[in-house]
Amino acid sequence: MTTHVADAPRRDRRAPFRALRGIVVREALRFVHQRGRFFSALVRPLVWLFIFAAGFRSVLGVSIIEPYSTYIRYEEYIAPGLVGMILLFNGMQSSLSMVYDRESGSMRVLLTSPMPRAWLLVCKLVAGVSVALLQVYVFLAIAWFWDVRPPLAGYVTALPALLLAGLMLGALGLALSSFIRQLENFAGVMNFVIFPMFFASSALYPLWKIEESSEWLYVLCTINPFTHAVELVRFAMYASLSLSAAAVTALFTAVFLGIALYGYDPSRGATAARARR
Amino acid sequence: MEPLPEPAGAPLAVTPAEPPAETPAETPAETPAETPADTPAETAAPAAIACRDVSFDYGSIRALADVSFTVQPGEFATLVGANGAGKSTLYALLSGLFAPGAGQVSVAGIDLRRHPTRALARLGIVFQRSTLDGDLSVRRNLRYFADLQGIPSDVARVRIDDALRRHAIADVADRRADRLSGGQRRRVELARSLLHDPTVLLMDEATAGLDGPSRRDFVAHVRSLVDALGVSVLWATHLADEVRPSDVTHLLDRGRLLAAGPLAELLERHGANDIESLTTMLRADPAGGARRS
Repeated sequence: MTTHVADAPRRDRRAPFRALRGIVVREALRFVHQRGRFFSALVRPLVWLFIFAAGFRSVLGVSIIEPYSTYIRYEEYIAPGLVGMILLFNGMQSSLSMVYDRESGSMRVLLTSPMPRAWLLVCKLVAGVSVALLQVYVFLAIAWFWDVRPPLAGYVTALPALLLAGLMLGALGLALSSFIRQLENFAGVMNFVIFPMFFASSALYPLWKIEESSEWLYVLCTINPFTHAVELVRFAMYASLSLSAAAVTALFTAVFLGIALYGYDPSRGATAARARR
Repeated sequence: MEPLPEPAGAPLAVTPAEPPAETPAETPAETPAETPADTPAETAAPAAIACRDVSFDYGSIRALADVSFTVQPGEFATLVGANGAGKSTLYALLSGLFAPGAGQVSVAGIDLRRHPTRALARLGIVFQRSTLDGDLSVRRNLRYFADLQGIPSDVARVRIDDALRRHAIADVADRRADRLSGGQRRRVELARSLLHDPTVLLMDEATAGLDGPSRRDFVAHVRSLVDALGVSVLWATHLADEVRPSDVTHLLDRGRLLAAGPLAELLERHGANDIESLTTMLRADPAGGARRS
């Protein structure tokens, strides 16, 4: 006797988690197959750590600020910012793959599966963040040999912060991908999003330094969600919690995810608009 | 939020499907959210696909205008139209990728807009362009799809092995999808679309890119599966030789459904020799098209 999937007499509450597993495994396999992506994702922050930080160490003195209890080397200061860089680039990379999947057609398999679309997008986010976390910890392991050594507990307490920051930046990428029509347009958007977000933040220099230079830039940095993601990670790496950074990061995660859900709704948002163009 | 689908607990068997009227998910007791309008009478099976007055616009261009048709359970129906007739747009609406500007689409009696996950669980889809993940193996592609459908691992393993055998692709199971021939890719996509044992199979120009022998072989393969599994098929094509005289044919032209019925009957009724002349004839006199309810 044939049993139809849709006709089974009970609702299987584990079905959504199987979908999550499938999407995470697919993303992981794709990552493994694209080894260049892994190395380029690692090389980028390492170049900043090994070369940029060494060059600017004497120029950019860092006074004692929270969460640090003493003077720190510049390399130690920018490490959370470079972790944020990995998450930021990975978020954009994930959404780039969404645009690619849409162009190549494989996105259709995802969007026509019998799961709520919101859940599918969350699964894509989680899959992207899982891959990013792996990169972050490999980076931190290498940085350890470069004397970037937060307390051991920090490696554990950083995990939820990394997860939240990764979700926010992944959601931003997802939201952008829903409004980008073609792959070619993505590079431009990345330049307009990644670099301003990264440089107008506390990733490379403390906010008080920016305030000394430019008031308006300081204001811009304080409203930049990436600043809060970096600060969240920075505090967490030293086993502290910045409640304000966590709250702002969570808020922006919800906002970006909401925009993405709207954008991928077939009857509204960018999907509908794209269909009608 | 839309209720989650109900994955199967048993492997797919190569036997005719149960009559849809017996399916628990369609009885009011199992689905309190279902309204009487969505639920068929106990004695009558709902149409596998029902499109009612569906319209869709691309900006100011009307792609589909008041399209209405049904595909009956176990029926092999064709959707025939030249390139640009609106077939792919209609398939995007049937699969929930786009939402219609007006009208209603239901799958096995379930309104696609109101209950998308339950309707999609009954749909198997082969798209015009290949949607396989090129850098994954055939088996991994199937497994990914099974996961998306929420099928348990042990059931998925059995079904995938069964599908690999049935579709004669077991020898390429561990090959990367981007190293398959066109015919093999189509077979893998067909196997994938049937993995969750759908009620309806949508095939959008599924032979696109295949050479003559591969195309004939693929069409014959699909038809044999329809007989074995009892699944309904809506086969979109612009190639007249893929349509048999006995096939229920929906003739789409410039976004309008010109006629519907067994091809031989349509040709005879309008005194046409082939699909092309029938289209030309009905385009000039749309009122002459007989709609099949």
